[in-house]
Amino acid sequence: MKIVYTDVLVIGGGLAGLRLAIGAKRRGHDALILSLVPAKRSHSKAAQGGMQASLGNVIKGQGDTEDVHFEDTVRGSDWGADQEVVRMFVNTAPKAVRELAAWGVPWSRVRKGDRDVIVNGQKVTITERDEAHGLIAQRDFGGTKKWRTCYAADGTGHAMINTVADQAIADSIPVHERKEALALIHDGARCYGAVVRDLVTGEVSAYVATATAICTGGAGRVYRTTTNAVICEGIGHALALETGVSALGNMEAVQFHPTGIFPAGILVTEGCRGDGGLLKDVDGHRFMPDYEPEKKELASRDVVSRRMEEHIKKGKGHKSRFGEHIWLDITLLGEKHIHTNLREVWDICHYFLGVDPVKEMIPVRPAQHYTMGGVRTDPSGQSPTLKGLFSAGEAACWDMHGFNRLGGNSVAETVVAGMIVGETIADYCDKLANTPTVPLGLVREFVEREQAKLEAFTKGGGREDASLIKGEMQDLMTAKVGIFRTGRDLEEAVDKLQKLLVRSRSIGLRSPSLGANPELVTAYRVQRMLKIALSIAYGAAVRTESRGAHFREDFPRRNDAEWLKRTLATWKGESDTLPTLGYEALDVKRMELPPGWRGYGAKDYIDHPDTPERQKAVEAIRAQHANDRFAMQKALMDYEHLLPEILRGRNERIDERF
Amino acid sequence: MAETPNRKLRIHALRYNPAKAGDEPRIQTYEVEEAPGMTLFIALSEIREKQDPSLQFDFVCRAGICGSCGMMINGRPSLACRTVTKDLPAEVSLAPLPFFELIGDLSVNTGKWMRGMSERLETWVHAMGKQADLSRIEEAMDPALAEEVYELDRCIECGCCVASCGTARMRHDFVGAVGLNKMARFRLDPRDKRTDADFYELVGDDNGVFGCMSLLACHDVCPKNLPLQTQIAFLRRKMVVQGTKG
Repeated sequence: MKIVYTDVLVIGGGLAGLRLAIGAKRRGHDALILSLVPAKRSHSKAAQGGMQASLGNVIKGQGDTEDVHFEDTVRGSDWGADQEVVRMFVNTAPKAVRELAAWGVPWSRVRKGDRDVIVNGQKVTITERDEAHGLIAQRDFGGTKKWRTCYAADGTGHAMINTVADQAIADSIPVHERKEALALIHDGARCYGAVVRDLVTGEVSAYVATATAICTGGAGRVYRTTTNAVICEGIGHALALETGVSALGNMEAVQFHPTGIFPAGILVTEGCRGDGGLLKDVDGHRFMPDYEPEKKELASRDVVSRRMEEHIKKGKGHKSRFGEHIWLDITLLGEKHIHTNLREVWDICHYFLGVDPVKEMIPVRPAQHYTMGGVRTDPSGQSPTLKGLFSAGEAACWDMHGFNRLGGNSVAETVVAGMIVGETIADYCDKLANTPTVPLGLVREFVEREQAKLEAFTKGGGREDASLIKGEMQDLMTAKVGIFRTGRDLEEAVDKLQKLLVRSRSIGLRSPSLGANPELVTAYRVQRMLKIALSIAYGAAVRTESRGAHFREDFPRRNDAEWLKRTLATWKGESDTLPTLGYEALDVKRMELPPGWRGYGAKDYIDHPDTPERQKAVEAIRAQHANDRFAMQKALMDYEHLLPEILRGRNERIDERF
Repeated sequence: MAETPNRKLRIHALRYNPAKAGDEPRIQTYEVEEAPGMTLFIALSEIREKQDPSLQFDFVCRAGICGSCGMMINGRPSLACRTVTKDLPAEVSLAPLPFFELIGDLSVNTGKWMRGMSERLETWVHAMGKQADLSRIEEAMDPALAEEVYELDRCIECGCCVASCGTARMRHDFVGAVGLNKMARFRLDPRDKRTDADFYELVGDDNGVFGCMSLLACHDVCPKNLPLQTQIAFLRRKMVVQGTKG
């Protein structure tokens, strides 16, 4: 049995995993990254529009602070987020963007003086300050009060991962490419690493580590129509789930991005609307102001996606041979702006649609985009139920997004979580007591178990086709567990997914090789994907309210009285066909921002009994500290002790020096 | 109104699994019915799902941004994911990118080569001991210069430039347009404190900028339309100046 030993085993080579590994390595611990693909090809690369951080350099961002970013994020989450984690995040985001600037990310910069921008469909001239010249620029994004999204044209994730992956190379961090983790090695209380398969040779080996971190991104590919890369299959989620002890939080919270190009589902950035692009219907009418007079095209993604689908249901979609869609119009932004700040969008429209967005409108329709749910961790990134297991980024649910993530908050989360969890994982490894005595018998047992499962596909005599099962799952998820959900659809989905899971236990292969074999990969992944799909669908079926991206037509109101709680899914027995659901309540009495109206979307919700009292207390504290926002924040919800020491402290701005 | 029937595409793919004892390279032909909007990503995925589950190829983003799917498409290195079949004749030949280590069929190990190139050329900002204080306002940078750096940073390391390169055919240690462009990118970046003397150490030889024969197929095939021709010429001029300083 081949065993590789390391201090920190990072599963996933995207932005979160890379930044986490760099943090651990710089603290003196060996870090090793496993990646399905070369690190720079990870899905982080596809983030286009930008990264939120309250720098407040541009004039439309003036007055922005962590406080405003905090409130926008909590409202965006529809109060599902852990507010302490949101605070940790908003305070670290400016530090993260500045670190990346020092490392070489070519952030777009502010030019002093007048410039024309499009706001609400009108050309407006704004004047940037002299003192902001050359600082990192921000653009507008959905669900934000200030222009806060820092960007490198519309290739932000690309530029970020180029820089961070090269930093990892500079720090001599090995990335074992084309390797896939098949299972976590654990004894029910503690994680010892993972069983790993080489996708080129088929070899199965063990990677043993003091700490293991799941940084594998999202699970979009359980859906048919998704913006996600083909590797985003939720395998990291499944690794945690299959331990039986580690839980997945809020898997029913799935984001649909308003502007996937139609019908391919490839993303065009929210920056299109942030920079002034409009959504139009079959008559060329700009319909969003009719539904959302305050935020219009720039309400949160869950709200805009629902309004688009609602408008299509009213017969206002454009009919094409593939079905109906909405138009995204960025022609008003002009050729120069599109060729400078939206050039990836231009490329995508040109190559995939044959459309020139300088002159023509872009066909779009909402597509699955982001997995808010993930491996449940505490604010330090560690699993509360499986010692030595950590998670960061989209794969994790430390829970900063709740039931809807704001645009620009996910690439920001990857690096912020990487910074924070990189430190806490190093703290963990520093402690002698955490160095495991490795039970080699257990390691061997896990390796042999996985080998036996692989052999069952090639020799077990099963007759089910892996690709067919996967296709049926994806169609079901898109048709029944999408933007608008009903109890009846969800129950049907749960029932059919269970049957697919049972069928997937009798998959046979047409090409029965244990070496490089794409069919074998589909076979073992689809079994895991079905468990993720079931966690989403079953969680959604049980949650009889609407919150953020989880919208139930039969329960259209947010119900804080009964549902201000996080879903926790675990998979208890290998032969189970459903996850076991548990819930943890969110404590209104400790919230800095008690539940209320988001400022867009439905105004009508059922209050939690504790909300009025907490609201009163919050108002009193606010009045008492009206002149000092830092003292006010501390009095409302002290969180700083949760941050690693080197990440604490204020952030300087043009208007806020210290 | 009757619609024109879809074309039958004949896809001739090079098959070879170097890990399988006795396997011989061969061309295998698959027939696929073309569909509207079909890309080679869609066509190859359909072949794998319905006809031949063993066919190896690499796609990740399928949106032209990750650089995984470079392959020879009718003899020219390009990204398969954003190649729309309606722009191709009905007979399509596919082969793996030359130069790189073959994994199997249409899949090559660009990642390993790119990592080696990055290690060799140290493709990261060398701040030379300068530590940024993350709580303070970032250092200003000229907006036009930031755009120029971004322009060169758009490289997706797909390997098409190296696969099309005459020098790389002869010199396996040539850093290729991808490597030279990276040097130009860091040379332009004021945050990187390396001097031309440092860059000369990295690319001032025949495996670097002096190995380029200016055939410039790299410039023609680059899927991101990077200005490789001017960047290589400019870098060569600077390195000549540096080299003649003695």
